[in-house]
Amino acid sequence: MKKKLMIVLPAFNEEKTIGEVLRKLKENLKKFKSWQSKIVVVDDGSFDKTSYIAQKFGALVLRHPINRGLGGALLTGFQFARLKKVDFLITMDSDGQHDPLDIEKIMKVLRKEKIDVVIGKRNIFEMPPDRMIINFLSSLLTFLLFGVWCNDTQSGFRGFNKKAIEKIEIKTQRMEVSSEFFSEIKKHKLKFLEVPIKVIYTSYSRKKGQSNLNSIKVLLKLLLRLAR
Amino acid sequence: MNSFLPIQIIFLIFLIFALSRVFLRVREGNLTFGAFLFWFSLWLLAIISILKPEFTSYLAKIIGIGRGTDVVIYASIIVLFYLIFRTNVMLENVRHEISKLSTVISIKKIRKPKKTSNK
Repeated sequence: MKKKLMIVLPAFNEEKTIGEVLRKLKENLKKFKSWQSKIVVVDDGSFDKTSYIAQKFGALVLRHPINRGLGGALLTGFQFARLKKVDFLITMDSDGQHDPLDIEKIMKVLRKEKIDVVIGKRNIFEMPPDRMIINFLSSLLTFLLFGVWCNDTQSGFRGFNKKAIEKIEIKTQRMEVSSEFFSEIKKHKLKFLEVPIKVIYTSYSRKKGQSNLNSIKVLLKLLLRLAR
Repeated sequence: MNSFLPIQIIFLIFLIFALSRVFLRVREGNLTFGAFLFWFSLWLLAIISILKPEFTSYLAKIIGIGRGTDVVIYASIIVLFYLIFRTNVMLENVRHEISKLSTVISIKKIRKPKKTSNK
């Protein structure tokens, strides 16, 4: 029986990039012939044609009736992966900053090294300086709160095996989900590894990404979550 | 019979109104039993403090704060901050519930790829 692989792309108003991202992704997934792969776009209540374009380019679309944020979109992705009993789940951004070629790298680690969670690590020296600082602070806070050190906690390119898919329970709604993964990793004693990935920074992806001001909000929400 | 100051009467009317809301909400089922006990005790203490101001002075003496009024102000600030915190936590929980609902709706109404998909 073929192993099941699911690629989940959370998307919010990504009509400009989603088509090209899916085209490249489908092209790349041809390598995984022995796999039963599925591309799922979680449209987080977009106002534009994201859902329509994603369907046109061959993706299954799960559309939120209202915008729930990155955490909400990933919650849907995980829930769907559990329902479909997939063996491996990959999450990646839909703004075109991730290279689908890196899926192979992540899958290799998940399958051969018996790792539960793989985080695609961006090269911090290629990051814009403000993003570099935010990233470091996020890593530091994640370490202080959850006791797990990761060089790139905010990376959206991640891989999960069946055990991780079943155990991880997402509760946060927005960008703080990126740090929440590490509390889940710690809680369920999951093995995780960082794998270097290629990132394509464009003015579009920077605009769509987490703003510096938003990072402060994320930090506050994480503290609130810990205090309750 | 003691005569009340106008401010005492105004506060008393408001507190009786607040206390009546607590009873109404718990009867409607909008308040848990724990929350009912908390709010009932809080408003009752406030009413006692208005009717018998010497009660707060007695409390102040025990705790070691100079004036009875200060005890009320300090305690109110602490309670207010805690309630804001609880409200924040509750809001987060409500948001999570809404997300779970969105998840269920989106999975129920799954949209399959269009036949004209690029190959």
